Amino acid sequence: MKHLSEYRDAHLVRGVLREIEGLVSAPRVVMEICGGQTHSIVRSGLDRMLPEQLALVHGPGCPVCVTPLEMIDRALAVATRPEVIFTSYGDMLRVPGSRQDLFGIRAAGGDVRVVYSPLDAVAIARQEPGRQVVFFAIGFETTAPANALAVRQARDLGIENFSVLVSHATVPAAMRAILGSPHNLVQGFLAAGHVCAVMGWWEYEPIAAEFGVPIVVTGFEPLDLVQGIRMCVRQLEEGRAEVENAYTRAVTREGNRPAQALIAEIFEVCDRKWRGIGTIPASGYRLRPEFAAYDAERRFEVGDVETEESAVCIAGEILQGRKKPTDCPAFGAECTPDNPLGATMVSTEGACAAYYRYGRGTG
Amino acid sequence: MSERPPGPTPDGEERPAVEGAVCPTPLPHHERIMLGHGGGGRLTAELIREVFLPALDNEVLQRGEDAAVLELTGSLTAGERLAVTTDAHIVRPLFFPGGDIGRLAVCGTVNDLAVMGAVPLWLTASFIIEEGLETALLLRVAEAMRTAAAEAGVTVVAGDTKVAERGQVDGLYISTSGVGRIPTGRNPSGSGIRPGDVVLVSGPLGDHGIAVLAARGELAFETTIRSDVAPVNGLVEALYDAGVTVHAMRDPTRGGLAATLNELATRSRVAVVLQEGSIPVRPEVEAACELLGFDPLQVANEGRLVAFVPDGQAKAALTALRAHPLGPGAVVVGRVEADPAGRVLLETSIGGTRIVDVPAGELLPRIC
Repeated sequence: MKHLSEYRDAHLVRGVLREIEGLVSAPRVVMEICGGQTHSIVRSGLDRMLPEQLALVHGPGCPVCVTPLEMIDRALAVATRPEVIFTSYGDMLRVPGSRQDLFGIRAAGGDVRVVYSPLDAVAIARQEPGRQVVFFAIGFETTAPANALAVRQARDLGIENFSVLVSHATVPAAMRAILGSPHNLVQGFLAAGHVCAVMGWWEYEPIAAEFGVPIVVTGFEPLDLVQGIRMCVRQLEEGRAEVENAYTRAVTREGNRPAQALIAEIFEVCDRKWRGIGTIPASGYRLRPEFAAYDAERRFEVGDVETEESAVCIAGEILQGRKKPTDCPAFGAECTPDNPLGATMVSTEGACAAYYRYGRGTG
Repeated sequence: MSERPPGPTPDGEERPAVEGAVCPTPLPHHERIMLGHGGGGRLTAELIREVFLPALDNEVLQRGEDAAVLELTGSLTAGERLAVTTDAHIVRPLFFPGGDIGRLAVCGTVNDLAVMGAVPLWLTASFIIEEGLETALLLRVAEAMRTAAAEAGVTVVAGDTKVAERGQVDGLYISTSGVGRIPTGRNPSGSGIRPGDVVLVSGPLGDHGIAVLAARGELAFETTIRSDVAPVNGLVEALYDAGVTVHAMRDPTRGGLAATLNELATRSRVAVVLQEGSIPVRPEVEAACELLGFDPLQVANEGRLVAFVPDGQAKAALTALRAHPLGPGAVVVGRVEADPAGRVLLETSIGGTRIVDVPAGELLPRIC
């Protein structure tokens, strides 16, 4: 496919890989933040083509993976209600709550529908004024503008039977949490290209300075990824800690200002629980008080649902780059994509699912 | 009501005492299927007579017996075997670019027979119809079945219709069974693949799955992709006519090439190694998959053939497939090795390697 195949050119990728090999002089640990990048790295086999001294660890940037279990249980509680049409991005349907998943709710008669955009959910609410339409608004800064737009559209059109179950997380706060941990191993970051397309990279400059880590805004195709890695490794070798952009075709320093304004209009920053990691201060979005009428947690009174995690799963340590999926005794044994113990095994962007699906550590 | 005394009329016909108390004769033409069409009575007979017989007419069906009585004389010789298969078809929408449920129901069963090396002979078809379905639509489905059966060279020799209450069935389900004859010397089998074989596919992958998805109107973009649904028995015959020794064949339907190859690698205890760059996927299908987060290897096909043949016969096999109208896009996509047995590997276009796994369940569009 034109425009994609150029970024998957074996000759160009190999050339950059050779450069990286020539650069690395000591063991280095670089984290790709975004689950989409993890998926692309493992899918293309890039992880096995890097020099041995360079370890890529996988970050917490999979929105499905970090959505806390209790939020899934709240979603299930809402979706079970007969008056509700519960709408969601497709890959949330398979995420297990503490007892079942949205597929199970659907099989038992719940009206659960996959939509490709939150605006589709608003459209359903218009068509079915007698039902309550709820959209599961999860994700990072990438999905936040569309989710914000849906809420604003519902308000502007006077659609009262629409609400959102919000579990938004923000990337810079998670990077701070990882870097601030005494167990941190990460020396450099590949920042998530799509998040930066919305937010720009100005948010990362204080982090690079404060923690002394290079951060390189990176895209998703193999050539994007090796270029990001090369720039990050070069900074490490030269002792620099700056924010650089390897994804210039999509990202500017300022980002998408109208999208940022839209997020700020509808959402406010809040503390957020991350699945497997715990609560990170100022790491998420919730609806502003003036949009509380669109908050599904309030409308259906599910805000007090609390759930404990599986004790076996080490997803939290994987999401912070301290362990690899193959370090988990349950990986590929009790825990598979068909029977996931933790969310990192569920989403196609989850590190465990990517490892399992593309045969890392299983043969 | 007319005033007329009871008793025989001049032409001898018995006239009822009170004309108004007589049930009116059912309307001869129904625009929609009603529950009564499945009742086994006059309406059922009418449905068969007016919808199915005209499309699927043949001498066996015309006999109207409770079972098709088929003569094997001359068609089976010593050493030949029969292949039998059955398949139920559910698809939404019933009509999609490139096909419909009727064509799908014929091709699905024909293809299951063909990939076992069988020459498909006879099909049976069972229709479960939702009350209220437009009769004109059913006529179009029957007509599509006629066309597909003619392409495949099979006859529909028995059938059944049931009507379910509105809401109990989503429009129309069709279940077909098929019987085929396996000529002597043909022994393709899922466990027959050997190291040194090559893997061929007869054309681009994923057309059917994406065409159906697009036809549901759920995609936020329009496509021109058409389903590949077609009978592949002509391709199979082309391979045998060219004298190719076929170790295994499949039509990669649900789960796509990924599911098919995983099943075969497990059953034959071999490794299948694919080259990403050689796998044919239309740019439109690849673009749709990129947008939705699907792997084209996991998307369904309904008219593609996957064949495992010895390395030395790859060229003859390709030539035979490409000469057939359904196979101009036939290519070698991979090879078979001894290890790691039971695995399907993909050599990626940038030179990496990964495992190709089966999809866990439904294909789900990813979040971002």
